[in-house]
Formats: sequence, C-alpha cells, structure tokens
Amino acid sequence: MIASARTILLKDLRLELRTKESVPAMTLFTLTVYVLFHFGLDRDSLDGELASGVLWVTLLLAAVIGVSRLFAAEREQGGIDGLLLAPVDRTSLFLAKSAALFLFLVAVEIVAVPAFGLLLLGPDLGGALPELLAILALGDLGIASVGALVAALAAETRARELIVPLLLLPLLVPVLIAAAQATEPLLRQEQGPEDLGRWLALLTLYDVVFVLLSVAVFDYLLED
Amino acid sequence: MPALPLDEAGKYVAGAYVVFLTLIVVYVAILGAKIARIERDLSDLISEEDE
Amino acid sequence: MYSKGFKPLAVATVVTLAAAMALVFFYAPLDADQGFVQKIFYVHVPMAIVSLCGFVAGGIMAIRYLRSGDSSWDLRSYVAIHISIILGVGVLATGAIWARASWGHWWVWDEPVLVSFLVVELLYCVYYPLRFSIEDPERQARYSSVFAIAAGAFVPLNFAAVRMAEAYTHPRVLSQTGGNLPGEMRLTFLVSLLAMALLFVTLWKLELISKHASMQLKRLKRKLAEREAVAA
Repeated sequence: MIASARTILLKDLRLELRTKESVPAMTLFTLTVYVLFHFGLDRDSLDGELASGVLWVTLLLAAVIGVSRLFAAEREQGGIDGLLLAPVDRTSLFLAKSAALFLFLVAVEIVAVPAFGLLLLGPDLGGALPELLAILALGDLGIASVGALVAALAAETRARELIVPLLLLPLLVPVLIAAAQATEPLLRQEQGPEDLGRWLALLTLYDVVFVLLSVAVFDYLLED
Repeated sequence: MPALPLDEAGKYVAGAYVVFLTLIVVYVAILGAKIARIERDLSDLISEEDE
Repeated sequence: MYSKGFKPLAVATVVTLAAAMALVFFYAPLDADQGFVQKIFYVHVPMAIVSLCGFVAGGIMAIRYLRSGDSSWDLRSYVAIHISIILGVGVLATGAIWARASWGHWWVWDEPVLVSFLVVELLYCVYYPLRFSIEDPERQARYSSVFAIAAGAFVPLNFAAVRMAEAYTHPRVLSQTGGNLPGEMRLTFLVSLLAMALLFVTLWKLELISKHASMQLKRLKRKLAEREAVAA
C-alpha cells in the first residue's frame, strides 16, 4: 500500500514539476492577495492579530486552488477510469494525494512566508521562527487531508469549482482558529509564544480525526 | 446593557417564540401538502386502473 | 415502514411542548441579570443542542448506510441533516433576537453557540447542491454519506475550536447550559430540551413517511407504465 502510494505521489510530483500548474499559481495568488491586503487595509505593516489573520486566510484561499486541481490530471486525461481500473486501493490514493497537497503547500510557503515577512510583516520574521514552522506543519497536514477528501468528493460533480471552496473553507475553520491564535503572539511587537500548547493540541486532534476519517471513507469515493 | 423593561423585553421574547412556532407550522404545512398530493395521485391512479 | 408509533409520538411531542411553554412562562423564575429576555434561552439552547446532535446522528446513519448498503439508512441520514439545518436557521434567528434584546446588536461574535452555528450552517448548505448534482442514486447516497460523516465529525471539533477562541475575549454567556442553574430553571430547561428532541424525532419520522410514500408512488407509476407499454 505504501509502495503504490509512493508511485502515485511520484507521478504527481513529476507531473507538477513538468507542467508547473498548481504551485506557481498558488504562490502567485498569495503574493497578489498580500498586495490586495495592503491596499484594502491601507497598511504598510501588520503585526499581531492582523498579521496572523492575513497570513492564514491567504494560505487557506491558496489551498482552495490547489484542492480544485488535485484530481485535474486524472480528469483531463480521462485517466480517472484508468486509475480506477488498476488495482489501486483508495487508501494509497488518499495518502498520495494528501501528501502531494502537503508538499505543494510547503513549496508555496517557502516563498509566501518570507514574502509576507518582507511585504507586510512589521516585526522580524526570524523571531517567530521555530514555533511558526510547527504551526505551519500541523496546519498543512490538516489542510492536506481535508483537501484531499474534498477534492475527491467534488471530483466528479458538475459544479466542482463552486463546491470546493464552499466545502473546504468552513471545514478548515478550526484549523484557521487554532493556527491564527497560535501565530498571533509570535507576530506581535514583543514576540513570544503564548498558549502554544493548547492550539497545537487542537490542530493535532483535528489532524488525527480527519486523517483517520478520510482513510476510512476514501474507499467509498471515486469508485465506479 | 441593563435588563429591558418587561414590555419591551416581551416583544423580543414573543418574537423568538413566534419564529420557532412559525418554523414548525410552516414545515408541517409543507409536508401536509406533499402528503395530500401523494394521496391525490394515488386515488387518481386507482381510478385510472379501475377503468 | 416508518409510520409505526407515529401517532403516540406526535401526541407526546405536542403535550411536552405545551408543558415546556407553560413552565417557561409560569413556573421558571425571572433571571436576575437579564430579566424577561432570558426566557429566549429555553428555546434557543435546546434547539441548538438538538440540531447539533441531529447533524452527528446524520453522520452515524451515514456510516450505517456505507456499511450495509441499505438505502433506507441514507434516507434517514438525509432527513436528519435536513431537519437539523432547518433547526439551525431557528438557532441563528432566536440567537440574533436574543443578542439584539440583550446587547442592542443583531449579531455578536463572542457567543460561541451563535458563531459555530453560522459556520456549521454554511457548511451544511452545500449538502443539497452536492447531493443533487449527482444523478446516479447509489453514487448520490455514497457521496452524501461521506459528506455527512466528515461534516458530522466536524461539528464537535468546530464547536470546541470556536469555544476555545472565545474564551480569550469576554464570554457573554448567552447560553448557560444545565450547569449552574437553580432548580426551577433547570427543570424548565430539561423539559424544553425533551420537547425539542421529541419534536425533532416527530418531524424526522413525518418527513420519512412522506418521502417513502412518494418513492412508492413513483415506483408504482413506473410499473403501471411498463405494464401498459408491454401490453401495447
């Protein structure tokens, strides 16, 4: 199962490297949204709650793009039938797709988070650092697993582009709450984590619930 | 905000309970209409079959 | 199939509802802080609790469907979610009225029940377009069940997260549940909760009866049409 998951994952990563469809679009999107926030909020620099909020909301919106495209390759090449005809168990598919989404998010963040530090963040990004990475990791895990689930749910619906954001964003509200609350004290003028443990615990609980749930339930999707 | 005087508060409380009861009544009415239509269709079918 | 025991259930619901309202207005004492406005609590909070439980129940019924393939479980799940969504609208409406009466605003963000319901309702509104955009009935049932399960697991997590976030602002305590209520208030609350739960089950059964009857009718029509086509 791990082997077939890895095969699918490598195929997706190679495809992304070749076609460069999701990650550059998601990254460009976050940079554009930062500019929008600068004009919309009429602020040169943000700190504390505003900074945390802008960072995380932008990330969630970028994730929507990634999720919409997660099964695009299978759909466009008509390959989704081929994928299903092959004896691939759905759990491998879920692991591969959520791992791919996780890696895409990390790739986007490698550019987007420093860009945020440059463009909008008042305090120094370095001061937030080790804790912010933990929050990003746990948050991305939640986004990736729920994202893969939503992508599969919407994969063959006709109104796919509408349903993905409407499903994904409310489902990610707990992630947003925990991540934004955890990040906020890291981005204040006097930086320092506060109550980090409880928000990381909430993120971990969310991740565990949704990874287990998605693995259990994925077998019933994409089956024709 | 200090507690509203009884007559003003009464309007809001009445409003809340009216919303609640209206929700129920409208829902049951819609369902009742649906069931009535099903019964009508059924009796139409039966009378057709009898012909 | 679903109409067994409906009449006594409906009667019990009406009786309990009437009893609850009598208790609310003639038995429960006036709240010291909020005055008469606090009476809204007896309809707002039970509706919230029953609605949340309804969403979770819908998820559990969806699990039963996926494991058994018996489509009646999918129907039960769908109806449970449907009624919970309607009750959820009631929660938001009564909550807004309460907020307006207590604090002068039609919406307050530091009331965890109200805020989590907004998120939950936004999520469940997508249930209908998702369900009805899939034509094949078996696939429709399967995908709806997956949604119901994910959303059902989401509901308590969301409530916990919103609650945790609000703990950092000044909690307005619109919704004191059971915990430190004086005796008469607690009794009134429990009877109201029971009435709401009975109401949910009654409406759920009623909707199931209606849907089942309409499905039977469709099947009958189709059979008759087939028979006529063969005879012709």
